[in-house]
Amino acid sequence: MSTTNTVPKLLAQVKHVVLVLSGKGGVGKSSVTTQVALTLSLKGYNVGVLDIDLTGPSLPRMFGAETKQVHQSANGWVPVSIYHDDKSPFGSISLMSLGLLISDRGSSIVWRGPKKTAMIRQFMSDVAWTSGNSSEMLDYLIIDTPPGTSDEHIAIAEELRYATALDGAIIVTTPQQVATADVRKEINFCKKVNFDILGVVENMSGFICPHCADCTDIFLRGGGKALSSSLDLKFLGEIPIDPTFVEMIELQKSSESSLLDQYQNSKLYPIVSQIVDEILNKDGK
Amino acid sequence: MTTLISQKPELKAPEPEHCPGPESEDAGKGDACAGCPNQQICESLPKGPDPDMAVITENLSNIKHKILVLSGKGGVGKSTFTSMLSWALAADEELEVGAMDLDICGPSLPRMLGAEGETVHQSNSGWSPVYALDNLGLMSILFMLPDPDAAIIWRGAKKNGLIKQFLKDVNWGERLDYLVVDTPPGTSDEHLSVTTYMKDAGIDGALVVTTPQEVALLDVRKEIDFCRKAGIKILGVVENMSGFVCPSCQGESQIFKPTTGGGEALCEELGLKFLGSVPLDPRIGRACDNGECFFDQYADSPASNAILDVVDALRDEIEMLLENLNIN
Repeated sequence: MSTTNTVPKLLAQVKHVVLVLSGKGGVGKSSVTTQVALTLSLKGYNVGVLDIDLTGPSLPRMFGAETKQVHQSANGWVPVSIYHDDKSPFGSISLMSLGLLISDRGSSIVWRGPKKTAMIRQFMSDVAWTSGNSSEMLDYLIIDTPPGTSDEHIAIAEELRYATALDGAIIVTTPQQVATADVRKEINFCKKVNFDILGVVENMSGFICPHCADCTDIFLRGGGKALSSSLDLKFLGEIPIDPTFVEMIELQKSSESSLLDQYQNSKLYPIVSQIVDEILNKDGK
Repeated sequence: MTTLISQKPELKAPEPEHCPGPESEDAGKGDACAGCPNQQICESLPKGPDPDMAVITENLSNIKHKILVLSGKGGVGKSTFTSMLSWALAADEELEVGAMDLDICGPSLPRMLGAEGETVHQSNSGWSPVYALDNLGLMSILFMLPDPDAAIIWRGAKKNGLIKQFLKDVNWGERLDYLVVDTPPGTSDEHLSVTTYMKDAGIDGALVVTTPQEVALLDVRKEIDFCRKAGIKILGVVENMSGFVCPSCQGESQIFKPTTGGGEALCEELGLKFLGSVPLDPRIGRACDNGECFFDQYADSPASNAILDVVDALRDEIEMLLENLNIN
């Protein structure tokens, strides 16, 4: 409904924007966002991560940045730098989330729609992803969203309406029909607001028992593939449940090596790497 | 269907950031209203307590117990647990049970209770719920959609309108012993609306669902904080998806590792009652997908025992409340 058809300032600093969406909650939007960001960084791209899940921000915890703070600069809010090393071949990662702006991690953000919309607008216009130096342009901005198709989604769709840098959306689902039913709604939302769908990722597909190495399909299997073939979407891949990933996230503070190094050696890295290659290929053409 | 939804005032522009809400007492008078293109519209709206509140209280007056199922986090099993709780309560033939699905953008209860594809009928006495069993009624937006895949792209105000109608216009019959309300994740419009609208009718309390890992507990803490702010009693916390027993080797693993002690430690820290933990069982997901009652089918599985234990503990909490009231 905004009457200006200008692109938010933020997008001038970013080459590609990717949204991570799912109608269902708890399917792993934030963990897929984290993994895609880590993978892109390992491949040498500079990544920004924006968390627009305002009432339940998980990304600060995922990146082990719960205690860090956002600073104000002349150009706007400076996102928290998760990783930055000019000498290493890896790209930088920076993060912006409402979780970084509130002081007490236990307190709730009880906001109705208009306030959430205003916050997202501010995230889009007031965050200085780069220090103004155009050579440091972000290669990718990954936007993590809350479940549903409501205020936050309408707001981000309005903000990105004229953005040419928008690559599209990664749709995350789990295999059960209960989840894919909600995800179908999200896909219809994407069609209505003209978001390209980069493809569907099936998360939590199968669990490899650490005792006997037998694979059990806790939330069944194949739902994501069936969904993408019935709607003629690209199926990007299946990510199995890996308890070591949860452990890695939760215990990163006490660990000596960085999250990036640990992730590079994780069993999930090759799987997500393939998914990310599919996304990169799309840009290549 | 949209004609059924009560019309909200037509606003000229999106609400500003600090909008007091067109239905609030300060509409048109707040600081944020100065200069807002909607100011005149809001100011001219009728003020005072919402006349619908009395209607809601009246409509809910013959419901004995009202329980909210909450969690800040998505996908922890709110709907699964709501369906289990409904099945378990309805197993007692003397009880009349109602389940209400307030997750408007992602309704899952109809599928889990095996009532997908049904429609809601309107009569003089209001909307009649869909009956999954003789004594188990269900209300969800899914029953009103022309196509089950249709996306419901609604802003908060519109969702509030529907929630109000669910509370005001659904005819639950002469008597209902339990109304179980399933909610979406987060702490936003739906949660504020349901707690405000039901304030006079009285909510017995909230059941908080969590999973063991800290990422989920983080959001659940926020929901608990919300309950405290909104004055909702927390009946207890249930930890879902805790532990998984491999069907081939019986070895147990922690899929979502409770690095900070899980739900139990959270309860200890915040002084809440821990109702129990339910292990992951792939058959639960399958039963939910097919709309079947899990513990009818697998009566002796550890998961169904755990669920029934939690339901018993929860009923104790609620009925104890009532006894307290009688003594006074």
